Amino acid sequence: MDIPGSEILKSKKFTEKLIKNIKANLDAIAKKVKLMHVCGTHEHTISKYGLRSLLPEGIEIVSGPGCPVCVCPAADIDKAIELGKRKDTVITTFGDMIRVPASNISLSELKAEGSDIRIVYGPNDAVKIAKQNPNKEVIFFAIGFETTVPLIGYELKTNPPSNFSVICAHKLIPAALELLISIDRLNIDGFISPGHVATIIGLKPFELFSKSYRVPNVVAGFEPNDVLLGILMLLKQIKSKKYETINEYSRVVKSEGNEVAQNVISEVFKSTVSPWRGIGRILDGGLAIKEKYAEFDADKKFDIEINDAQDIPPGCSCHLVMTGKIYPNECKLFRKTCTPINPIGPCMVSQEGTCSIYYKYHSD
Amino acid sequence: MCLAIPGKIIEINNDEHSAIIDFDGIQQKVIVALVPGAKVGKYAIVHAGYAIELMNEKEAREAIDQWDEMSEELGLDLNDVI
Repeated sequence: MDIPGSEILKSKKFTEKLIKNIKANLDAIAKKVKLMHVCGTHEHTISKYGLRSLLPEGIEIVSGPGCPVCVCPAADIDKAIELGKRKDTVITTFGDMIRVPASNISLSELKAEGSDIRIVYGPNDAVKIAKQNPNKEVIFFAIGFETTVPLIGYELKTNPPSNFSVICAHKLIPAALELLISIDRLNIDGFISPGHVATIIGLKPFELFSKSYRVPNVVAGFEPNDVLLGILMLLKQIKSKKYETINEYSRVVKSEGNEVAQNVISEVFKSTVSPWRGIGRILDGGLAIKEKYAEFDADKKFDIEINDAQDIPPGCSCHLVMTGKIYPNECKLFRKTCTPINPIGPCMVSQEGTCSIYYKYHSD
Repeated sequence: MCLAIPGKIIEINNDEHSAIIDFDGIQQKVIVALVPGAKVGKYAIVHAGYAIELMNEKEAREAIDQWDEMSEELGLDLNDVI
């Protein structure tokens, strides 16, 4: 849908001006610049519109761990699979999640074996299935970053039926960014931060990076000109050595975020040490369901223990792709044995996975 | 996953905390409990069937105008790009 102001967002002339200014600023900086985004939708915009090819050579845009499907640990998928094998259970989740390879099989393979695995558009659909099937345990496999968390929180707050529960695999973006900054030799000069995560949490959590770590940050929208303007705003900061968190996507993101959604999150969830697939355990990197809502926590409701889950299959380089260390075409499996039809690693599955997007929009 | 798209609110059902939102001619029921100011005529940013933020025409235009204010600093002239 065309929102007000979209004529500028879609203006080719504006794109040309942005590119010209980006080049001028990079010349003034006189060194190579490496910027990271952490959002599958940003990678989609960058790849689909060929933005990397429009940018001068000295700017590198790398993908961070911006796909919640990709960073969901195999152990959590194994858990959903074990529950799905039980009689009288229905596993519900978002579409991308069911094809992700876990330690042995994926949820879609389990579905093919006859288990009741259903794709839902949102958690309200999962609650609806629970209401329609009172004799079954309906489990929502909840993945997603801060954008998605309040949706599940809202459903848990509004009295779902007792046969509904949630596998809570939610992850938090700021903790992952802090970890990435500390990775040796990654040397990120600026973050293009995810506009819809910021829509919920506001700008403050991102200010840590510009203030404490002196890494400039721009919260950006998802049109090509949004991303290019975000890059220009980062270059201006690098040039002036004045580091801030700037809201490029102010037509949607309020500096304080969505306070109603934030209250829902803090009412239902607490932050916890959380494993990220291919990255490791991150302090405050994820969420757990608070005791008050424990009756809807599948971890507490069902006795399931998963040992020895395999996050990264042999030969797979998803862990290097997700931390911006290599591009997908540098993985020896990419486009050979690992394809969207037969994904080996998680980044090739999701429509927001970096490898899947590369496969679609790049020829190498 | 964090994909969210804008649509225009054309009907509100306060009892159900839901709204009918028009996405370029496709109309869909959306939960608006997370955006208390939802009103017919406003735009909503919708993620997985839930509105996560609102904007009206004036706010959206003001946000784009802010780019114009920044244009001198950024070395851009927005007046001749449309």
